[in-house]
Amino acid sequence: MIKVKNLVKEFEGRVVLNDITATFKQGSVNMIIGKSGSGKTVFLKCLIGLVHPDAGEIRYSGKNIIGMKSKDLKRLRRDMGMLFQGSALFDSKTVLENVMFPLDMFSRKNKRERRKRAEFCLERVNLSQAADLYPSEISGGMMKRVAIARAIALNPKYLFCDEPNSGLDPKTSQLIDELILDITTDFSMTTVVVSHDMNSVMNIGDNILFLNEGVKEWEGNKTEIMGSDNSKLNDFVFASDLFKKIKEAEEIISDNDDEEKAD
Amino acid sequence: MSFINSIESIGEYALLVKKVIAVPDRFREFFKEFFKEVYKLGVNSIWIVMVISFFIGAVIVMQIALNVASPLLPRFTVGVVSREIILLEFSSTIMCLILSGKVGSNIASEIGTMRVTEQIDALDIMGVNSANYLILPKITAFVAFMPVLVIFSMFMGLFGGYIICAMTGTPPVATYVYGVQSFFRESFVWYSMVKSMIFGFIIASVAAYFGYTAKGGALEVGKASTDSVVINSILILMTDLVFTQLVMG
Repeated sequence: MIKVKNLVKEFEGRVVLNDITATFKQGSVNMIIGKSGSGKTVFLKCLIGLVHPDAGEIRYSGKNIIGMKSKDLKRLRRDMGMLFQGSALFDSKTVLENVMFPLDMFSRKNKRERRKRAEFCLERVNLSQAADLYPSEISGGMMKRVAIARAIALNPKYLFCDEPNSGLDPKTSQLIDELILDITTDFSMTTVVVSHDMNSVMNIGDNILFLNEGVKEWEGNKTEIMGSDNSKLNDFVFASDLFKKIKEAEEIISDNDDEEKAD
Repeated sequence: MSFINSIESIGEYALLVKKVIAVPDRFREFFKEFFKEVYKLGVNSIWIVMVISFFIGAVIVMQIALNVASPLLPRFTVGVVSREIILLEFSSTIMCLILSGKVGSNIASEIGTMRVTEQIDALDIMGVNSANYLILPKITAFVAFMPVLVIFSMFMGLFGGYIICAMTGTPPVATYVYGVQSFFRESFVWYSMVKSMIFGFIIASVAAYFGYTAKGGALEVGKASTDSVVINSILILMTDLVFTQLVMG
C-alpha cells in the first residue's frame, strides 16, 4: 500500500502539486487522470522518488521515502517496476537481455535460472518469439509489453505506468490494459497508472484520482465517475464524444424508467 | 550569469564524477561493459589514429626537411626533431584533440539519447547507480586503451616519415633512421602515455557529463555532443600546458 499525505511540489515558484493526499491499495489498479499539464507525471515521479517534493509524505508500507537514505531508497526501488511512456528499453540490448537486466544486476540466481525467469516473463506477455530481436526491430505495442516483462522480472510489489496506451491502436491498447490488470491481480501488486485514456480508465481502474491544475479534484471508482456532478471532471471525461453519447443514452434510459414507473 | 553557470557546471561535474567513482553494483556486469567499451571506443579508433598519424608524420618530416635546410645543421636533425614532435606532442595531445571529436561526441550523444528517452530514469528506478553503470566502464576502458593508441600513433607517425624519405630521398632513409635513433630518451614515451591517459579521463568524463545532463530532445543531444567537443578541446590544451610546465619545465 502507498499512502500520500499533503504532497506539495513547486517549480520556480509555480505550484505543480498542491496538497495532494491519496491512498493506493494493494492488488488494485489506481488510475491518475487529468488534462495535459495537470501534474500527473510530476506526481508519478514524486511517487517513485525521481522528483523530490517540497512538502508532504509518501509512505510505502509505512516507510516515508522523503528524506530516506539513498541506500534504503535504492533497496526499496528493487520492489518497484516502472513502465515508461516511451518504454525506455535499452537500445543496445536484445529483448531477452532487456528483461534479464534487472535479474543480472540484483538476482542471486545463476545464469540459467535468470534466463528461465526472463523467458517466463516474456511468455507472460506473449513475446517469447521476439527474445532475440532488438527494440528497434519491434513495434510500439511490443515494446510496451517488453517493458512490462522487464518491470515484473524481479517480482515487484509496486508497478507504475506512465501513459501505457499512448501511441497505440485501440486493440493493442486493450491488450496492454488487460496485461496490467492480470499482472496486478496475479502478483497482488499496488499499481499506479497515469493516463488520459478514458477507455483504459473504464476497463481497469479500480480507484480513480482526477488531478486538475495540481489539485486533487475528485476521487472515486469507475461507476461513480459517470454520475459525478463535478463540472471539471465532467469536462474532462465527456470531452470524448463516445462518453458523451454513453451519458446521454444513460440519461434517456433513466428518464424512460422514471416515466414507466410513473405510469 | 554565464560565470555563475560555469561554476554550477563545474560543481555538477564534480558531483557526477563522485557518483561515477564508486564500487560497481555487480563486477560481472562492469567487466562485461568494460570490454564492450574497449572495443567500441578503443579498438574502433585504431584505424583513424593510424591513418591520421601516418599522414601527419609524413608531413612533419617533409616540413622539417624543407625548413631546416641549413649547412650548419646535420641532416639527421630532421629525424631527431620529427621524433620529438611525434613523441611529445602529436601522439598524445593532437591525437587526443582528434579523439575528443570521435570518442567524445560518441559518448555524449549515446548517454544524451539514453537520458532523453528515459533509459537513465529506468536504470535509477531499478535501483542501479546509473552514472556508475554507464560512465565508469567508458572512462576506465578509454583510459586503459589510450597508451595502446599512443603507441600505434607514434609508430605510424615515424613510419609515415620513413615512407616520405624513401619516396623523396630528402633526407635519405638511412639519415632519417639514424636521426630517429639518436639522443632517444625512453622517458618521453612514458611521459606521452601518462599525458594521454589524463586526456583520456578528461575526454570520457566531460563528454559523459554533457550527455548525462542533457535535457529535452534530439536538438539538445546534438548540442551536448558539440559542447563536449568544444570544452574537451579547451581542457586538453590547458591541461597540456600545465602538465608540460610541471613535468618538463
